Amino acid sequence: MKQRDLISSVESALGQLRLDRRSFLKITGVAGGGFVIASVCPAALAAVSAASEDADEALVVTSELNAFIKVSSDGKITIYSANAEMGQGIKTALPMIIAEELGARWEDVEVLQSPVDESRFGRQGAGGSTTIPRTWNQMRRMGASAREMFISAGALVMEVSREELKTADSKVTHGSGRYMTFGQLATLAAKQEVPDPDTLTFKDREDYTIIGTSISGVDNLAITTGLALFGIDTRVPDMLYAAYHKCPAIGGRVNGANLDEIKTMPGVVDAFLVKGNGNVRELLDGVAIVGTTTYAVFNAKKNLEVDWDESQASKDSWTEIVSRARSLAGSRGPDEVVDKGDVEKVFADPDNTTLEAFYEYPFVAHLCMEPMNCTAHYRQGRAGEKDTLELWVPSQSPTRIHAAARSMFGLKPDQITLHQMRLGGSFGRRTSSEYICEAIEISKRVNAPVKLTWTREDDIHHDFFRVGGFQSVKGAVNSEGRLIAFEDHFIGMQTGGRAVSGSRFRATEFPIENIDNAYASKTMFDISTPCGPWRAPGSNTSAFVSQSFLAEMAHAAGRDYLEFLLEIVGEPRWFQEGNIRSLNTGRAADVIRLAAEKAGWGREMPNGSGLGLAFYFCHAAHIAEVAEVSVDADKKLTVHKVTVAVDVGPIINMSGALSQVEGAVIDGFSTMMAQKITMENGRIEQSNFHDYQVLRIPDSPRVDIHFIQSDFSPTGLGEPALPPLAPAVGNAIFAATGHRVRKMPLSEEGYTI
Amino acid sequence: MSEFRINVNGEDHEIDVEADMPLLWVLRDVLGLIGTKFGCGIALCGACTVHVDDVPMRSCSVRVADVVGQSIRTIEGLAENTHLHPLQQAWIEHDVAQCGYCQSGQIMSAAALLARNPNPTDADIDAAMVGNYCRCGTYNRIRKAIHGAAGLMTAQYVNAAELNA
Repeated sequence: MKQRDLISSVESALGQLRLDRRSFLKITGVAGGGFVIASVCPAALAAVSAASEDADEALVVTSELNAFIKVSSDGKITIYSANAEMGQGIKTALPMIIAEELGARWEDVEVLQSPVDESRFGRQGAGGSTTIPRTWNQMRRMGASAREMFISAGALVMEVSREELKTADSKVTHGSGRYMTFGQLATLAAKQEVPDPDTLTFKDREDYTIIGTSISGVDNLAITTGLALFGIDTRVPDMLYAAYHKCPAIGGRVNGANLDEIKTMPGVVDAFLVKGNGNVRELLDGVAIVGTTTYAVFNAKKNLEVDWDESQASKDSWTEIVSRARSLAGSRGPDEVVDKGDVEKVFADPDNTTLEAFYEYPFVAHLCMEPMNCTAHYRQGRAGEKDTLELWVPSQSPTRIHAAARSMFGLKPDQITLHQMRLGGSFGRRTSSEYICEAIEISKRVNAPVKLTWTREDDIHHDFFRVGGFQSVKGAVNSEGRLIAFEDHFIGMQTGGRAVSGSRFRATEFPIENIDNAYASKTMFDISTPCGPWRAPGSNTSAFVSQSFLAEMAHAAGRDYLEFLLEIVGEPRWFQEGNIRSLNTGRAADVIRLAAEKAGWGREMPNGSGLGLAFYFCHAAHIAEVAEVSVDADKKLTVHKVTVAVDVGPIINMSGALSQVEGAVIDGFSTMMAQKITMENGRIEQSNFHDYQVLRIPDSPRVDIHFIQSDFSPTGLGEPALPPLAPAVGNAIFAATGHRVRKMPLSEEGYTI
Repeated sequence: MSEFRINVNGEDHEIDVEADMPLLWVLRDVLGLIGTKFGCGIALCGACTVHVDDVPMRSCSVRVADVVGQSIRTIEGLAENTHLHPLQQAWIEHDVAQCGYCQSGQIMSAAALLARNPNPTDADIDAAMVGNYCRCGTYNRIRKAIHGAAGLMTAQYVNAAELNA
């Protein structure tokens, strides 16, 4: 369909609907074809408008084929997307898999966020780039199972054998050309026996018509017209607004506050102290302010004077952490992680060239554009009835609230109704439950539905940060310039004796598995600053160290990094055959060669310009990146282009996959350029965008992406394109200037953009 | 509390709020126009961008008392009746959004740009869009979509000219 036809079809569909803020318009497909637009009720108003929605559909019979698929007699196919959408694209990609196996025409498909019910939909959390690999077969089974039920129904009506029928374009078609539509067969299909999952077969890749194409995100119409989607957009009748203020030194207890004064402020309905349970992922002490608008509670919050007891609060100091870590440079840690071959012997041999370096990376924040928020309605049960709780949550793992709801509020899952809202960014942030617990507690106290919104300052001060850390590394090349030993002292962080998220050093860290002599040890510092998963935990910092240091080794050996890296990767082999989380050196070499070729590796570069290469394997993805940069005499850095080669198996939604890679590259550059969280006396020193900066449009590099669509099962792309970016840029800066970057962010090394 | 009359998307609204209340919260909490987003509260991220008398403004930092008598346009009022603005069309066609949270602010900044410069260069786009953060990194698609929308607007203009001829 031509673009103009496409747009007029959107407009004509829109013309049938009144565009007001109670309508929730969904664009359900752009598959090189038309738009399908439907009006459904927003989750927040579901209860209010369910009756009218039913009335609209009174003449249409809808049949359920399985938990994920409903088909109506008018031909509309409803597919549920069961996992959290945070920008990673699964709300579009997962239904594409179902539609493919079903034999649906994408234009007939309407995608809805499913209710939260793991007994029906399976695990509904999303994170770790695991949703695609975890649900790939489940989604295919759902589509294929419904397809077989349509074929059974078609065989009955057309009086032919099942083997003579196939599905395509939302029809069951006989070899003779006769067909019946899904809409015609839906009622009968739903009554057919559900096939044994073990008997289901899946389409061959060459027969795909949906998987691998570019489909515009199913929420794009709502996003571009400003309709309610996100948690923060929730509005329910009689709702109050709340803010929650916690101790700036993390974990401080509340003694008192100027509540009487706060309660007199305009729009304030109530203000009270909350005693938490001391669990930073559930409920910390604080002061709640409830009012008639977000402005009223934010404004009152600015006037709060709180008496905190900081005796048990965090005393963390970044300055102290850095100086302790630097004093350990060149040493080994108390905990051994890997001891392979004999690194001591290699380092002692005078014929070998040995190199040591110390790398540093800071804590960073998530900075989701949508600040943390949750709407809760705690209803006290009337005489003899149980209390109930309704939650509108932008959470990566909504059901995680069940444990806290039980232990803190005595609520069992059957007393809780969860509405999964779209997340305005997450990157690992929205896996904890504290903003949900705070909303529940406040709603319970004021006996009304409450929308809790964090200020941006709350959002930064009380993040679960990407952990900072240090690595002291050492390596040796022999007289032939070959890497023969690698040693790493990993200096990480722990809380309560457990490594925090992202502060683990893996024994399979590249290049340990690839060489004969390797040694790794670790030292863990105790901290109280909360840390959590942040886009490719661990990998987002370890890639910077290992891929920068290996390039240092190549330089020390007088060799080209492409050739040196391919030599380390070695012959094609899969270290743990069949385990997608294990390095496959054949796939690694292929992406490295492809990125180098596409970037024009080896070409003559002007003075002050350079190319930098890096490879990393994480989240089952093999990815190589080449950055092209220039640096002027004042250390002004420009990243002109980043060339990326990716092998995550077959691509589900090409448009979404390109977005994830491009976004990860830009996010990676944004983070390495200027982002740093510091803390002193337990207080986070940054508070908003003026002192914590995100890359802006003029500084955004071009990104040139190439996929190797291998025959391996598809895996996730939300995270793995980020880790190789920092070392690719660092290596390019070295090529351009001769200056080796061993510390992030680059702003601390004097670079500007 | 004071009474104000403000005009949003062509409609007059009588509201009774604090004079200091930022336009953002009037839109979101009082009028229920939640398309305009809260991002930082200090006019640095651009998520709350609206037009005040056709000028893009950060509504988190504009007092309601200061916009009385002016014409306010939000993302909900960008489409004309049910005709999507070319930027909305282009945003869908180029599948710009990732999480989508910043995009209404991005589109409003872009709409102000195209209204005064129907055929912007990359440098014009940089200058107009520098105040809008996107944490997901959709900048390159934003750029493409703005060029695409500019093309659509030109094409529509040509169409109208052909029809009139």
